[in-house]
Amino acid sequence: MIRLLWLIPTLPFASALILALIGPRLSKRVAAALGAGSIGFSAAITILVAVGFMTSPPPGNSYTQLLWTWISVDGFRPQIGLYLDPLSLVMLLVVTFVGFLIHVYSAEFMIEDDDYSRFFAYMNLFVASMLVLLLGNNLVLLYLGWEGVGLCSYLLIGFWYRDPANGRAARKAFILTRVGDTAMSIGLFLLFTQLGTLGIQDLMQRASAQWPSGSTYAVAAAFLLLGGAVGKSAQLPLQVWLPDAMAGPTPVSALLHAATMVTAGVYLIARTHVLFSLAPSAQLAAAVVGACTLLLAGFSALVQHDIKRILAYSTVSQIGYMFLALGVGAWQAAMFHFVTHAFFKALLFLGSGVIINALDDEHSIFRMGGLRKELPVTFWTFLIAGCSLAGLPFVTGGFFSKDLIIWNAWSAQYGHPAFWIVGIIGALLTSLYTFRMIFRVFFGPLDIPVTKRPGYRMTIPLVVLAFFSIVGGFLREPLLGFLHSALPSTIEAHTGGLTEIRSGAIAGVIFLIGLYLAYLFHLKKRNWADALVSGPVGRSLHQWWFADWGFDWIYDKVFVQPFVWASEINKSDFIDAFYSGVAWLVRWFYQGLSHTETGRVRWYAAGMAAGSVLFLAVVLFK
Amino acid sequence: MFSLGLTGLLVRRNLVFVLMSLEVMLNAAGLAFVVAGARWHQADGQVMFLFILAMAAAEVAVALALVLEIYHRFKSLDIDELSEMRG
Amino acid sequence: MELAFYIAGGVAVLSTILMVTRPHVVHALLYLIVSLLGVAVVFYLLGASFVAALEVIVYAGAIMVLFIFVVMMLNLGAQAIEMEKRWLTLGIWVGPVVLACILIIEVLYMVRGSSTGLAPGGVEPKQVGIALFGPYLIGVELASMLLLAGLVGAYHLSYRKVEKREIQHDAHTHERRAAAGGDLVLAGADRPARTP
Repeated sequence: MIRLLWLIPTLPFASALILALIGPRLSKRVAAALGAGSIGFSAAITILVAVGFMTSPPPGNSYTQLLWTWISVDGFRPQIGLYLDPLSLVMLLVVTFVGFLIHVYSAEFMIEDDDYSRFFAYMNLFVASMLVLLLGNNLVLLYLGWEGVGLCSYLLIGFWYRDPANGRAARKAFILTRVGDTAMSIGLFLLFTQLGTLGIQDLMQRASAQWPSGSTYAVAAAFLLLGGAVGKSAQLPLQVWLPDAMAGPTPVSALLHAATMVTAGVYLIARTHVLFSLAPSAQLAAAVVGACTLLLAGFSALVQHDIKRILAYSTVSQIGYMFLALGVGAWQAAMFHFVTHAFFKALLFLGSGVIINALDDEHSIFRMGGLRKELPVTFWTFLIAGCSLAGLPFVTGGFFSKDLIIWNAWSAQYGHPAFWIVGIIGALLTSLYTFRMIFRVFFGPLDIPVTKRPGYRMTIPLVVLAFFSIVGGFLREPLLGFLHSALPSTIEAHTGGLTEIRSGAIAGVIFLIGLYLAYLFHLKKRNWADALVSGPVGRSLHQWWFADWGFDWIYDKVFVQPFVWASEINKSDFIDAFYSGVAWLVRWFYQGLSHTETGRVRWYAAGMAAGSVLFLAVVLFK
Repeated sequence: MFSLGLTGLLVRRNLVFVLMSLEVMLNAAGLAFVVAGARWHQADGQVMFLFILAMAAAEVAVALALVLEIYHRFKSLDIDELSEMRG
Repeated sequence: MELAFYIAGGVAVLSTILMVTRPHVVHALLYLIVSLLGVAVVFYLLGASFVAALEVIVYAGAIMVLFIFVVMMLNLGAQAIEMEKRWLTLGIWVGPVVLACILIIEVLYMVRGSSTGLAPGGVEPKQVGIALFGPYLIGVELASMLLLAGLVGAYHLSYRKVEKREIQHDAHTHERRAAAGGDLVLAGADRPARTP
């Protein structure tokens, strides 16, 4: 069973190729069947592989399948090799399963679009790249997948390319992740030159053998890899691309920017956790980045109008939680949160897609209202996902995962009370903005009538994901146990008066406070919310948080405008002058020499005579 | 004599004069050959002169036919007028 | 012997100079013939009697006669002489003379230092004949082909001319042709003067 591992990335890739080449000639039905079907088969094979893996685990609890040697140059021999261990298996299951559901959803969501097959081609290519990223047994293959998902992100964000704003958003995403990618590639260079290999398992062994804890190389490499992860996962300071990436179709937002691509950074750090363990300062930096991001994004999410932007900032914030977990050494908690987050965030995005579609492309939550009765399935699934996100105690998966992280922020190896407080505040914010969204969208008077209702292809994925949002929480013990072989368990370093139960209780109370406040401001007495925003403090805070704490503005002033200015003054391109100068010189010679072509015989004879005189002179007097 | 012929070629504009100067140049070259052959006591010089002679004869025949053709076409024997192949 | 050589050479050079500078075509032609005869004398003095004879017969005899024929046919007239006089300004001579002088200097430089004095006797015509039939046989064959080509080419060019004459004469009446006495060249030569 495990031998079928190679099919998992290959099927989506083949499907992408077919759709790219002959897609426009296929009917929409066939294109959707191919697109969603390939992912479905991948998911099925993943389940088979998982069953095989769990029932009869291979030795060392990891399985490597080498396909062929990719490059063979003087000691640098990365292979196309697939590495399966519990960590990658968990991520595979989530990616293929959620991916399949989203593909089914988008079969109906994108039905009216002319570029139907192109959409599925890109989506399949994305899933294939993501799977390569997850399964790669060396960092070069991982980087290939990394770049592949970056490319597909660009293609999919700018899917409706005829609107230049979408193109700008796509470029922004690509450029910012590129900054991270550059840091990561420098990290890869460093690792290779120092340790001589890029195979992940070899690398980890050699690093722990050769580098003492805290050595400069380890720290440098870890920071560079962290840079890459920060870029891809939209953390501080490279988080500005994710809200703008909402310009793409909703299934894209659901798949890439909620469940899978943005978690690639989390995966990278988890994979190279040995390296990070050798570089405590890098790990601490990861935690700090995560903590700051989750706060920052939480505040920004609180003041957004566009439903997708709220969800985007929410994603940034939740990944901040994952980074925080990784940073304090709670590796398994981070993965657990990834699993639950994938379910409920994808569900939230898909639900928002239904809403936007139903209200004829309306995005602002302040213009929505009262959809509870009109879109019942959507309402209930959205509510379940929202509760999971905010952390409704005991019932939802999100509670268990987030609670674990918050507890570990206090108690784990690098935990600190400050992190715990940040986590708690983040939970409050999460609850606030989630229920703000829910109350504004589903409750209150019906402002815009519902024109389109979703079909079964869109509602079934919603229901399935809702189911898993609830059930996912109960997977905590089995999951953590399963991951035990791949990731080190979290050491409970210090408790200092707080137990896990108590922390969980506090988190639960926070949830309720958030719920009540949201109820108050956004359902009961909405005028209070307006009053708050229109007051002087409220207004400036609102504007500041709305503009993502001014990051876009800073980047524009510091990077974009000087660059644009420099390219303006270099418009005539002085280096180009060298080449055009050569052309000018040639032309000048041509004009001069064309005067000698007079057509007069005497001229030519004189030329010949002079020439022979010269030659003779040269020969005689040399 | 070769130089004189060359000078004549470069100076005169009348086509016939040009051809005559050409003949002078050929003759001078042949003279040089014969003298060289006599100097070294070899027959090759005179043989070469014979070939030059034959060639000059053929060339003159064709050239003069062309001169007639040019005159009747362009109505002038000015060599500078006949410069249609200019760049 | 030496004196005769210098005289003959001097005559050749002098008549060449004169040839180049004459405005009248026929004068120049005659000077050319003199020059060729001078060169023939030089050949004879060198002992190459066969070549001297050839020079007179072929060069001065046949080629120059051809020239004279064509010049007569062209019937250039007084205005041509006027044009020549106008063209031969002094300034025109400067450039070519300079070039020629440099060439002369170079050649003299090249032949300096070689020994003077010719051995008497020279090369016999018999020797030349043997050489022609021996090593240079292929050259002779090629030369004959060249002459054939020249012959055909000249014939072809002038034949065409007759054709065109016929076509161009379409517009003209028979009387005109009859008046010219059937001489096509004459009939064509006076064409520019009269418009049809």
